Amino acid sequence: MIAESMYQELILEHYKHPQGRGLREPYDAEVHHVNPTCGDEITLRVKLGDGGKVEDVSYDGQGCSISQAAASVLHELTSGSTAEETLVVVDEFTRLLQGRGKIEPDEDLLGDAVAFAGVAKFPARVKCALLAWMAYKDALVRSSA
Amino acid sequence: MSLPTLDVERIRKDFPVLSRELPGDRPLIYLDSGNSSQKPLQVIETMRDHMTMHYSNVGRAMHVLGAESTEAFEDARDKIAAFIGAPSRDEVVFTKNASEALNLVAYAFGNPAGEDPRFRLGPGDEIVISEMEHHSNIVPWQLLAQRTGATLRWFPVTDEGRLDLSGIDDLVTERTKIVSIAHQSNVLGTVNPVAEVLARARQAGALLMLDASQSVPHHPVDVAALGVDFVAFTGHKMAGPSGIGVLWARGELLAAMPPFLGGGEMIEAVWMDRSTYAPAPHKFEAGTPPIVEAIGLGAAVDYLTAVGMDAIEAHERELTAYALGALAELPSLRLIGPGTLDQRGATVSFTLEGIHPHDVGQILDDVFGVAVRVGHHCARPLHLRFGIPATTRASFYLYNTTGEIDALVRGLHHVQKVFA
Repeated sequence: MIAESMYQELILEHYKHPQGRGLREPYDAEVHHVNPTCGDEITLRVKLGDGGKVEDVSYDGQGCSISQAAASVLHELTSGSTAEETLVVVDEFTRLLQGRGKIEPDEDLLGDAVAFAGVAKFPARVKCALLAWMAYKDALVRSSA
Repeated sequence: MSLPTLDVERIRKDFPVLSRELPGDRPLIYLDSGNSSQKPLQVIETMRDHMTMHYSNVGRAMHVLGAESTEAFEDARDKIAAFIGAPSRDEVVFTKNASEALNLVAYAFGNPAGEDPRFRLGPGDEIVISEMEHHSNIVPWQLLAQRTGATLRWFPVTDEGRLDLSGIDDLVTERTKIVSIAHQSNVLGTVNPVAEVLARARQAGALLMLDASQSVPHHPVDVAALGVDFVAFTGHKMAGPSGIGVLWARGELLAAMPPFLGGGEMIEAVWMDRSTYAPAPHKFEAGTPPIVEAIGLGAAVDYLTAVGMDAIEAHERELTAYALGALAELPSLRLIGPGTLDQRGATVSFTLEGIHPHDVGQILDDVFGVAVRVGHHCARPLHLRFGIPATTRASFYLYNTTGEIDALVRGLHHVQKVFA
């Protein structure tokens, strides 16, 4: 049972009860990202406030448990931080997922997102986990443009 | 009259991979033959023997190995011609797969290198396909429409997953030059009513092509009896190797079509400014062909013939009946395709409410060693038609058992527990 380690309780919880799901107004930027190999897609909006604070990350999409849970965890982790702070988390999450299961993640930085460590061992699923996070990074670039 | 039978335990011994154990002591339960089938020892040994002792290029070398290789290669053509009831061996063109066979025919239309009016195509002319096609029977025709200005149209699909023929008289008209549809759907399992479509195509003066990738491996198929114009299929789905496919076409059409790829072996004479071409099938086989693969496909055809295509069809029918019954008992399972055995093959696609097929496939493989295919199976428009991004697909072949279907169902119950 190799993949059971991928489907951590925390991931399943986020999948069944997604946090912050649904597209909301107002927003500074909206992006739409797809994973052409499996058809997963996400529309994501970012609203920034004073001092670069992330006021809201709202999203809607469809896809497997990994992609949907990753969007939910992203919403939780970004709320209340500054855009700059969240980019550090995005980079660490990307490093973890692209590490083929061979790197030690910074648990303090990643919080709940560390539950995705098991996904890194499944190359076909790495893109699922990164979909929302890459969309978020893209949205930040566009909102500050 | 008793139905032909098949000794599945004996057959499984011919496919060593089926007794393989996966990491974590899982048995392999291979329900992905619609994607690509496993290969029997008879095919593997034939290819190995040829590669080891007889290999050389075909059709040109003046030595013993050249003669042996050419003979084995052309023998394979004879076997395949007999297998599909081709009136002539020269109507069997080797390609690298079914996609190449479909593209070969598409490139014959609207091609200035050809003169036959049946293949003339331009603005105002129409190409007809269906909503249930594999991308390989969609994209070549989209490209053809782009090149020529012709219009691409298609049959819709009913809720049950059948070809919707209600508008056929408006769809296939005197403007239609070619109709190309699947013989059997790679997602729904539906076997299409070829005779009805053919009758209308003939009335309209259009040619008819069948993508038989999912039918030739599983049913007795007689191209002459079908009466169509072109049939494409591929070796790797019928116990043969990958890298070899077949286009069958009526001889007089092959004679009228321009070449597809140019190169060695397809010519009669070459000058610096022009060439004349070899007769079919060689006209369409430019370059050194997949020699060992063709010979392997010949061995696969021998193997399937020895088992008996009637017996294979009957066995798969039993498996399909069993699977449809067993899957119907799963709560919230939605079958995508016909729920009855009427005009359907051994491919069963479905969704589980609230669970993405990629998660279904991962858990089935991980916990039970059950290999299914998940995704849109290269038939995205069909999935859009049913309003779903993806399905889980189990596809059966001569070596599968009802016990394996039980394992699939146990696995699906487990999946539902994990995501409950």
